[in-house]
Amino acid sequence: MRCEKGLIHSIESFGTVDGPGVRMVIFFQGCPLRCLYCHNPDTWKMDRGDEMSADDILSMYEKNRAFYEPRGGITATGGEPLMQLGFLTSLFAEARRRGIHTVLDTSGWLYRKELDSDYDELLSCTNYVLLDIKHSNPQGHIDLTGRTQEPVLAFLSKLDEKHIPTMIRHVSVPGITDSEDELSELGRILAHHDNITGLDVLPYHAMGIRKYHEMDIPYHLEGVPAMARDEARKNRDIIIEAYHKERSRLNLKYGS
Amino acid sequence: MRQEWRTFTSGVWEKEINVRDFIQRNYSPYDGDDSFLEGPTDDTKALWDQVLDLSEEERKKGGVLDMDTKIVSTIISHGPGYLDKSKEKIVGFQTDKPFKRSLQPNGGIRMAVKAAEQYGYTIDPQIVEFYTKYRKTHNEGVFDAYTPEMRLCRSSHIITGLPDAYGRGRIIGDYRRVALYGVDRLIEEKEQRKASTRTTMYSDVTREREELSEQIKALKELKMLGAIYGYDISKPASSFHDAVQWLYFGYLAAVKEQNGAAMSLGRTSTFLDIYAERDLREGKITEKEVQEIIDHFIMKLRLVKFARTPEYNALFSGDPTWVTESIGGVGIDGRHLVTKMSFRYLHTLSNLGTAPEPNLTVLWSRNLPMNFKRFAAKTSIESSSIQYENDDLMRVTHGDDYAIACCVSSMRVGKEMQFFGARANLAKCLLYAINGGVDEISGKQVGPKYRPITSEYLDYDEVMERFHDMMKWLAGVYVNALNIIHYMHDKYCYERLQMALHDDPVKRWFATGIAGLSVVADSLSAIRYAKVRTVRNEQGLVIDYVTEGEFPKYGNDDDRVDSIAYDVVHDFMSYVKGNHTYRRSIPTTSILTITSNVVYGKNTGSTPDGRKAGEPFAPGANPMHHRDSHGAVASLSSVSKLPFRDAQDGISNTFSIIPDALGKDDASIMNGISFSMEPCMACMEPNAADDEMEEE
Repeated sequence: MRCEKGLIHSIESFGTVDGPGVRMVIFFQGCPLRCLYCHNPDTWKMDRGDEMSADDILSMYEKNRAFYEPRGGITATGGEPLMQLGFLTSLFAEARRRGIHTVLDTSGWLYRKELDSDYDELLSCTNYVLLDIKHSNPQGHIDLTGRTQEPVLAFLSKLDEKHIPTMIRHVSVPGITDSEDELSELGRILAHHDNITGLDVLPYHAMGIRKYHEMDIPYHLEGVPAMARDEARKNRDIIIEAYHKERSRLNLKYGS
Repeated sequence: MRQEWRTFTSGVWEKEINVRDFIQRNYSPYDGDDSFLEGPTDDTKALWDQVLDLSEEERKKGGVLDMDTKIVSTIISHGPGYLDKSKEKIVGFQTDKPFKRSLQPNGGIRMAVKAAEQYGYTIDPQIVEFYTKYRKTHNEGVFDAYTPEMRLCRSSHIITGLPDAYGRGRIIGDYRRVALYGVDRLIEEKEQRKASTRTTMYSDVTREREELSEQIKALKELKMLGAIYGYDISKPASSFHDAVQWLYFGYLAAVKEQNGAAMSLGRTSTFLDIYAERDLREGKITEKEVQEIIDHFIMKLRLVKFARTPEYNALFSGDPTWVTESIGGVGIDGRHLVTKMSFRYLHTLSNLGTAPEPNLTVLWSRNLPMNFKRFAAKTSIESSSIQYENDDLMRVTHGDDYAIACCVSSMRVGKEMQFFGARANLAKCLLYAINGGVDEISGKQVGPKYRPITSEYLDYDEVMERFHDMMKWLAGVYVNALNIIHYMHDKYCYERLQMALHDDPVKRWFATGIAGLSVVADSLSAIRYAKVRTVRNEQGLVIDYVTEGEFPKYGNDDDRVDSIAYDVVHDFMSYVKGNHTYRRSIPTTSILTITSNVVYGKNTGSTPDGRKAGEPFAPGANPMHHRDSHGAVASLSSVSKLPFRDAQDGISNTFSIIPDALGKDDASIMNGISFSMEPCMACMEPNAADDEMEEE
């Protein structure tokens, strides 16, 4: 499935934290989740942004190719890029044709088995995925994002099946995603997959709050303190410990 | 082959002075990692502690610990000076003790007097009298020759920071020659040159002969400087230790005679590595000793000090000497030029702690070995003290034995020199174009009395036409003021030792500079793409602008305005090139004001881009603050469109970024390295703040 035009919230020309190297980061408009800590509420609805074609975006990239390569490329993020699956596929297919490295930053929630052939097409031109697993507990996932966890894990399995190297992201929020149970469970989930190349635990910060005030929408984490970087590091260790334990239990080799 | 050159691979370097050939035939590229490096020795630590104590004392005394007020500095003016003779592997200070600043009045006696007075010292009245009545200085010479128009341009700050009251600097002697050839061979070479000058005594031939004689005298004094410290440097150095010491004597002689605005070292690390490798191979030295010698050498470079005025130091937030050393890069045969010595130089930042001087500059290339890239990145993160420059860009035109003077000016070592020329304020030039040459602050007629613009709204074509006329005028006054300055500097403050370490004939660059580029680009863009209304005072002079509507701003990778910036640089350079330049020097320009952009802004009225009177310009070729809204690559892309061919003396873009925005550290398992880019501190325009100071 292809689509000519996409609705793009904005483009950052110098991204260094969303995939390898220096990257052009494309923020897609629209998202099905309503994560309590979301710091880009202005990307939720398809009510703003610029219509752009794959060529519009990639010619911006190619003009400055020297800044991005050999290590970098483009990253599709948002919002949720899978909201515009047709355009995302067009963009990545064209990028692949031009020899540009592609990273997809997603929550994976929109994945459905029925759409498998569309996803096969997308993943055939995706080099790398940053998969944001919001909560390791099914009920926790619903409470935090308003949506079920099941499609996210199904997407992870799909990525594994397609051998797409994937880095897991997990935002650690005090009182929500920082308990021993929650973190260990995430480690156990990850241990069942062979395509995971990295784990990034991001400490919760409250910097998105300003946008909520500007947009006059309620911010549900008012009063929740930001997490210290060291704390996030410790939480990452907990996940990794559980990951290793589960891997040995499964009598599998460590992550490939 | 000479005994000192034992085991070196022969080449033309034996027959002619050719350090590059020596390096290319003898150096050993190093691809390994930093595990071979050694920490500081006890002697190094003791000496550095002593330096830290002295620095503290200096700070407590208000910035200057001691100053010579009686002896005019020459290569051999002072006896030996030491921190602790028994511990120092590399010796030599500018005066007879460390932290004592030398007296150098040849650039201008008033600057010397003022620098002393402000730190509570008084120059010996006899010396002041001598340099006022009997011996002319560079500064006096320049003001004798300036036209009234030049003085007016200077005091109105449309031309500013001119090296007319201080040493111009920016010349890099090839100090390696002292170690490789010994001083006698260098003298012999200059004698031969002198014997083969043309024989009809035109003024340029006469001058050439006089200069060669001065160079020979300086080389003889250089030998005496060695002797003062107990070394005979007439012959080539035969060990690594001697090579470093010989080379340092060459540099020391230069800073004893010249208080130049930038006294850069050159490109010495890979050269010295050849000596270290030989001694290591022959078992004459250990790695620990090699590092100790380099640590002591770098320590000496950190202690180079000049007597300067507090304004000068305030302008540059420190006491900069610009002892720039260029490290790494790639050779034209494709081999990289990284050696173990490149690592050892950078390693001084951890052995001695971080410091802004010497200004260690990595000539960065895609093809540098990964281990060195990682080590440089690591050292940057720990020290924030490394400057990076693009070797892949510069090597195309400058070859593989160039070095950086100051922060970005590149020259082939020993083959090229430059006449440093500060900058012209193009933002003010645009205002003059609108106001018919009348200064928007003083109301004086400074520029030519061209027709001013009288309409309420500015018309792009009309403004451009006037702007071109005004740029042409400005280029003329500017270049000719510089012609006077460099004539007088050669006459009264000649860099005889540094020029003795250059080829004859030397290639001379005539370096000009541009300030306010992004202000001009955005102003012209505003006039073209939005509507700009003039606000006039009672005399009809435009003193402010009201901009209505949006316009593309430089720094967003938008060709509509980026092409204006390109044209301004190219057109101004064309006008510069249309003028006669002193000693057939080749005009070039730079766009690199780094901190003085604040001072330029202070002296420039409101501009059509919406910048208010007195507000700072952006530094160098930077976009104006907060106007680049598409991220760093878009901003850098705008800058990278500027024509390097017209601005080969350097284009700077000051870029600071918080570490978190540069990538992940151990949070990811990905194989990435992060870079810490420190903005280059300040470029030398000591009297940009203080232009009237030396006017009689």
